[in-house]
Amino acid sequence: MRFHFRKRNTIMSKSLKRGALALIGPVLILLIWFVMADVIDNKLILPAPDKVFKHFITPLANIIGLGALTKNILVSLFRVFFGYLIAIIIAVPLGILMGYSRTANELGNSVISIFRPVPPIAWQPLVLAWFGVTSAATLMGLTRGDAYVYLNNFKISMTFIIFLGAFFPIVTSSIHAVSSIPKTWIESARVLGANEWDIFRKILLPGAAPTIINGMRTGLGSAWTCLVSAEMLPGSLSGVGYLITHAYEIARVDVVITGMISIGMIGAFLDFAFRFLESRKFKWQHQIK
Amino acid sequence: MKQQLSSTNTQYSLKAASLPEEIKPVYTLTNAIMHESNPIQEKGLISIQGVDKIFVSERGHRVHALSNTWIEVAEKDFICIVGPSGCGKSTLLRIVAGLEQASSGQVLFQEQVQNKPHPQIGMVFQQYSLLPWRTVEENIILGLEIDRSSAHKKKETAERYLELINMKQFRHSYPFELSGGMQQRVAIARALANDPQVLLMDEPFGALDAHTRILMQRELLRIWEKNIKTVLFVTHSVDEAIYLADRILVMSARPGQVKEIIDVDMPRPRTRSNPRYGQLSEHILDMLEFDNISQSDTNNEYFSEVHA
Ligand SMILES: Nc1ncnc2c1ncn2[C@@H]1O[C@H](COP(=O)(O)OP(=O)(O)O)[C@@H](O)[C@H]1O
Ligand SMILES: [Mg+2]
Repeated sequence: MRFHFRKRNTIMSKSLKRGALALIGPVLILLIWFVMADVIDNKLILPAPDKVFKHFITPLANIIGLGALTKNILVSLFRVFFGYLIAIIIAVPLGILMGYSRTANELGNSVISIFRPVPPIAWQPLVLAWFGVTSAATLMGLTRGDAYVYLNNFKISMTFIIFLGAFFPIVTSSIHAVSSIPKTWIESARVLGANEWDIFRKILLPGAAPTIINGMRTGLGSAWTCLVSAEMLPGSLSGVGYLITHAYEIARVDVVITGMISIGMIGAFLDFAFRFLESRKFKWQHQIK
Repeated sequence: MKQQLSSTNTQYSLKAASLPEEIKPVYTLTNAIMHESNPIQEKGLISIQGVDKIFVSERGHRVHALSNTWIEVAEKDFICIVGPSGCGKSTLLRIVAGLEQASSGQVLFQEQVQNKPHPQIGMVFQQYSLLPWRTVEENIILGLEIDRSSAHKKKETAERYLELINMKQFRHSYPFELSGGMQQRVAIARALANDPQVLLMDEPFGALDAHTRILMQRELLRIWEKNIKTVLFVTHSVDEAIYLADRILVMSARPGQVKEIIDVDMPRPRTRSNPRYGQLSEHILDMLEFDNISQSDTNNEYFSEVHA
């Protein structure tokens, strides 16, 4: 019992130490920021940290006429998740198919290789020409009311840009995940009588899951990164990305930084959540050779 | 049976002088060629009939892996296949398993053409065949899960085979937590849990250290004696073959062909100190060495392994 206790304590102190190490960087940056803001003394170049943090202390206050910070964050979160979800639904099955079937791979690989290097922002003009300001509300035929106001925030163009950001990391990691599954795993199942469906369910999916999840994590990061460029599109009236662009136009650098920090923190949190899931669920992956 | 005793294999006549007379192959290649098939071997549970395998690589490069191979495997036979590496042993096993198709000739199992995995034919691979995200127990019942067996049957079977391989206390362990030898025990249990009539084993102990290997051979025989199956066991090690097999099938270098089939006429459990052990070993090694020389293959792996 005592031993157990001791062991627990050392684990705790270890994670405490790691936490402390992780804090050093941000604290240092904060310090430099304080000093630099004081030296520069120009809120158009670098406002003091407290000017920025006050927005986080009163997250429900209306910022530059765009509503509460939390509201903007929520709108952005929904947008990202929407585009991201569509990316997962298409990229994971497609990647698994391409990883498993040579024909599918040869068919799809050239297309993916060509489109992957194109940054999602470069799609903006095309996306605008195609979708304009069509939103979820337009698609549902709404023109007024609360639902309209709300759904009008979800423009097809934005979703498409976010989708593009998430799609490629997910599809490439899914292909890689499946194609690097050892042949012996598949054959062991085959000699036990597995059909294609069994192989998909019992071997490909669980065997590829860690790498796919890893790709989904990268994909989410990338989707989140595309948010600002997506929310810069015309027709956007809310969201953290829009908050940043609009604040820049009216020279409110403190709000710009607030938006940046919000995106950074949320992105980091989501990444952390994914890593936690990976370390919990896929312990086996780090142990095999 | 008399005729092949009288017909001497001219290729080995030089060696034969120094060999104890009593090693009488039940089959030799020259005999088979003389009789255009294999009248010597009796029809068995598995009938490998004139199997040829030619691999064609993507660039059109052809590898003739197996050539005109005839083998009859009787029920409950423990057969070991030895031969130089690359002579098509794995290919042969994979064709029997239905994982690979013969280019010509055919394999019959229970008098049916065998061209896809059969529930009555199980296989154990050399290594890393366990699913790393499944516990020992979950790995063992993989076949039952694929068969959609009842939860009760899965539980019961897992219990039985965990017991058989002496690994009850490891039921919830993951493969990466086990030694190589334990992993192979689980792989054997997984194959047996489907209760196949035939067990194919492709160098299942090839990746183990010498000591573990000997323990595993003993373990395998113990399991086999409790649960007698027809076994086709590929090995690199002549020593291992003599320890395990009822009959040893010696294959020639590529394109692989059955060169000789030898009965291991020693009672079980076998001891390596039995003089017969040495005689058989010498005979087989000579045969393989002849191949090695003719292939100008410099590393004599069989020899070093036996004396390791
Ligand atoms: N899928 C394959 N494609 C091309 N050549 C192969 C393939 N599998 C095996 N071979 C070739 O066939 C020969 C026999 O291989 P194998 O049966 O693995 O030999 P062994 O198990 O006796 O060492 C080798 O030369 C090998 O390179
Ligand atoms: Mg082999």
